[in-house]
Amino acid sequence: MFPAEFDYVRPASLDEALALLGSDDVKVIAGGHSLLPAMRLRLSQPQKLVDIGRLGELRYLKDVNMVLCIGALTSHYEIETSDLVRSRAPALQEAAAVIGDVQVRNKGTIGGSLAHADPAADYPAALIALNAAIRVRSRSGRREIAAREFFAGTYTTVLQPGELVTEICIPDAGHGSGQAYAKLRRRAADFATVGVCACLQVMDGRVQRAGIGVTGVGPQPYAAEAAVAALLHGPALPERIAAAAALVCQGVDVSDDLMAPAPYRAHAAAVYAREALTTALTRARG
Amino acid sequence: MATLMGEPVRRKEDRRLITGSGTYVDDVQLPGTVYAAFVRSPHAHARVKSIDTSAARRAPGVLAVVTGAEWKGGALPCGWQVTPDLKIAEHKALAAGEVHHVGDAVAVVVAGERAQARDAADLVVVEYEPLPAVIDLEEALQPGAPLVHSEMGTNVAYVWKAAGGDVEGAFAGAERIVKLRIVNQRIAGTPIEPRACLASYEPAGGNITLWTTTQMPYVTRTLLALTMGISEAKLRVVAPEVGGGFGVKLNLYAEEQVIPALAMQLKRPVKWVEERREHMAASIHGRDQIDYVEAACKADGTVLAMKWRVLGNMGGYLQVFTPGIPLFTAFVCNGAYRVPAISFEAVGIYTTTTPTDATRGAGRPEATHAVERLMDAIADDLGLDPADVRRRNFIRPEQFPFTTPLGIVYDSGQYEAALNKALQAVDYAGLKAEQARRRAAGDRVQLGIGLSSYVEICGLGPSQAVRGTGLGAPGWESATLRVSPTGKVTVVTGSCPTGQGHETAWSQLVASRLGCSFDDVEVLHGDTGLGGQGMGTYGSRSVPVGGGAIFVAAQKLIDKGRRIAAHQLECSVDDLVFEGGRYTVKGSPDRGMGFGDVALQAWLADKLPPGEEPGLEQTVFFDPPNFTFPFGTHICVAEVDTELGTTRIRRYLCIDDCGNVINPMIVDGQVHGGVVMGLAQAFYEQVVYDKATGQLLTPTFVEYGIPSAMEMPRMETDRTVTPTPSNPLGAKGIGEAGTIAASPAAVNAVVDALSPLGIRDLDMPMTPDRVWQAIQQAKGGR
Repeated sequence: MFPAEFDYVRPASLDEALALLGSDDVKVIAGGHSLLPAMRLRLSQPQKLVDIGRLGELRYLKDVNMVLCIGALTSHYEIETSDLVRSRAPALQEAAAVIGDVQVRNKGTIGGSLAHADPAADYPAALIALNAAIRVRSRSGRREIAAREFFAGTYTTVLQPGELVTEICIPDAGHGSGQAYAKLRRRAADFATVGVCACLQVMDGRVQRAGIGVTGVGPQPYAAEAAVAALLHGPALPERIAAAAALVCQGVDVSDDLMAPAPYRAHAAAVYAREALTTALTRARG
Repeated sequence: MATLMGEPVRRKEDRRLITGSGTYVDDVQLPGTVYAAFVRSPHAHARVKSIDTSAARRAPGVLAVVTGAEWKGGALPCGWQVTPDLKIAEHKALAAGEVHHVGDAVAVVVAGERAQARDAADLVVVEYEPLPAVIDLEEALQPGAPLVHSEMGTNVAYVWKAAGGDVEGAFAGAERIVKLRIVNQRIAGTPIEPRACLASYEPAGGNITLWTTTQMPYVTRTLLALTMGISEAKLRVVAPEVGGGFGVKLNLYAEEQVIPALAMQLKRPVKWVEERREHMAASIHGRDQIDYVEAACKADGTVLAMKWRVLGNMGGYLQVFTPGIPLFTAFVCNGAYRVPAISFEAVGIYTTTTPTDATRGAGRPEATHAVERLMDAIADDLGLDPADVRRRNFIRPEQFPFTTPLGIVYDSGQYEAALNKALQAVDYAGLKAEQARRRAAGDRVQLGIGLSSYVEICGLGPSQAVRGTGLGAPGWESATLRVSPTGKVTVVTGSCPTGQGHETAWSQLVASRLGCSFDDVEVLHGDTGLGGQGMGTYGSRSVPVGGGAIFVAAQKLIDKGRRIAAHQLECSVDDLVFEGGRYTVKGSPDRGMGFGDVALQAWLADKLPPGEEPGLEQTVFFDPPNFTFPFGTHICVAEVDTELGTTRIRRYLCIDDCGNVINPMIVDGQVHGGVVMGLAQAFYEQVVYDKATGQLLTPTFVEYGIPSAMEMPRMETDRTVTPTPSNPLGAKGIGEAGTIAASPAAVNAVVDALSPLGIRDLDMPMTPDRVWQAIQQAKGGR
């Protein structure tokens, strides 16, 4: 398991890093927990690695006007243990806590995970449910992409050549909200067979806002629109949650692989959607 | 000092192993070493039409490229002639005409650096003409199935039969016949350290040294000498630290021929370290056996007879022990039960897959799985308690030595005592009551209790018996004990540890016998240059056979020491008592001599009895009179989520009996590791091939799901002690018992939990989707 030959550069600043990007044979490396295995299997053979892992300017967690802003190089472990994340986006913390094992969580970064776009990664479900935005930069400028629009396919995002994920922004879920991430995995350190994140805001017994993000089920993480529609503006009751959960795979080409055949995965997604929604509702009523 | 036996002494090898200072093959650094990389078939079955090595030869650092057509080595050996008409396919280290599994090597590249060798191997262009693949055992037997070796005209390598007792009569008179089809899926041993070889050639003397990851260095030397035309006198094989074996490293592999040949050709040290993806395709796999079993029963659950038909997947070639594995299923196919009549047929079948061979348990997990599933199926069928069915059929303590219908002689056992101890420890009645409550309430999570009252055959073994099965090797083990002038003891053992803790166990054994200190014993192993001999470590044979050799050697040293001491003390040898490392004259404890003093006198050699040789050294070849038969009962208590098909093991309890114990901590560790491998097979692991193309779909640990500590239950271990008469230690092997016991305990538990839904059997691995599917089918069927 030896990678093919490659060049390696470690820029000293974000601007320097952006200046090095732009061509297809250049890959960005941060924690390296997704890229290096692919390189060792020679599935990925970049000519050049740009190591941004030590750019401290991209490693932070902060509150900006009730928006939780997370630097792209923040590690899973930092997210898992942050008081700020616990108070503002607890479902994201639940997702971070079940990524890989402790060593992986200490090395892996949120920006790297998003850019790698594994179809069964944990963060996307949470970020979609929490209506997060992903901020990216390039030599020529910057833009903001809604998490639900960020994933374009298996291991594919809408990032253009030269663009780098720099920040993840999560709006406040609002008063009366509750959120939860539920994950089915074969082994403790595995990617999700099924992962569902639910965020509900309940006012006067009715669902005011709802977000459901799903990972591991289809070719890319997605927002479960039909399930959300079935809940919105209706009474927050268990039977409605069960009915909505049953719609969580609607319109999705459910994956079929060694980990789980499609019928099982679809069934498990509905069960986990029900569990995530039920927990979120309980917490919303807090 | 005598108290050392049976004490949980800390392992003396662990300081170096856990601080990273152990020396594995890849840690051996020789000046001028160059590196090999293999070119392997991406096809399950294909004809090699052409190989273009020109680009590889021009690549940076490349020193040599050898293709199958150029390879001059002899065929890799199959060492087990299980039937006179066994069909052995020619197996070359580098295939020339046809490849027969994904990972079959067709060429090798040597370069100055590892990465150069890997890069150059990718430049070798092989043109293949794909041929039809056949993966599945039952399909390989169908008329018109693709032939793996067309020249044979069949995929059947052999049919082996054995029978005893009136089987047909018993079936004719049976009140009930219970049948099962048991699938033991293909698994991989996956030691942490993959395989590796380093060979060095010294042209002046013509000497070759091969460092290799093996469980049997002496046998490797012999097989290598025979197949490569090298004198054993010129060949040294070293197994330094070996990072796990599990049977994977019990073979003569293609690379073990090729790497020394390259070292001779280039006159430079050549190293090869297996990549994990190579490992999954090119190192032997285990199991892949289908057992059709039938039991003829009385209405009270008494088993009158069994019929077995076993299909064993050989893979594309026969490795050293491949065809013999199903025979070990036969040897314990009656389990712990009397079963007066048995017929057994094993069919060895070629497929276009990686060869199978011994993998922790080797044939006995298959037997135990089928027998213990059968006991539960009989109980279920007749409405009896599974514990009662077992009790009704157990071989009773007074029936030992017990000869089975197939002629195997079980040594000793108290099977019901182990079962009762396990049932009591787990609170069987309490669990049954909870189970009844959950069933009545229709809980989403149901409770299952799985019993496995296993017995296995290990301690290979009596040479006459193993040779009688067609094995090309004997079953003895040897040991040399050498006492220095200062009373320190060097042990040269033929056993070859792969992490088990032999240095500790042998030190305890020697120290307790000779009365010296644990730290004064040095254990040497794994190097033919030590001048010992041996068969190595497999089949849980180290303690019962290798330990037996050490025990006898120590006894002979004690006897010689007694003669020397008697001469010095001017008394008769019969007047001396040897205890606590000291010879004393009976009745006068002040008159005596320590074993160390005797050693010094043996070295000084001026005051020895007439005719006594100087020195205190003894080599013993111990050939046991019989195998050993460890046994016990494992109980798995499982909670099965009927909505998701997921299982949580609430308790896992092991009552094992391996006779007398040298180090209980090591025994517990072996049980833990063994159970993990059994539960891994029950719930997680499976080597998967695409049925149509023969592609390996589980080439890395992403697809091949080895469980971690996080997935494993806490294990409660305890023992009963029934010594064996098969060796002077009274000890049975314990290296494989956990694996052998665990998978049926797990499946019995999950099936028990789901039996109210009408589920009668589940195949392994019991993945959530498979369990859920079974639940859906059961619901649909009602």
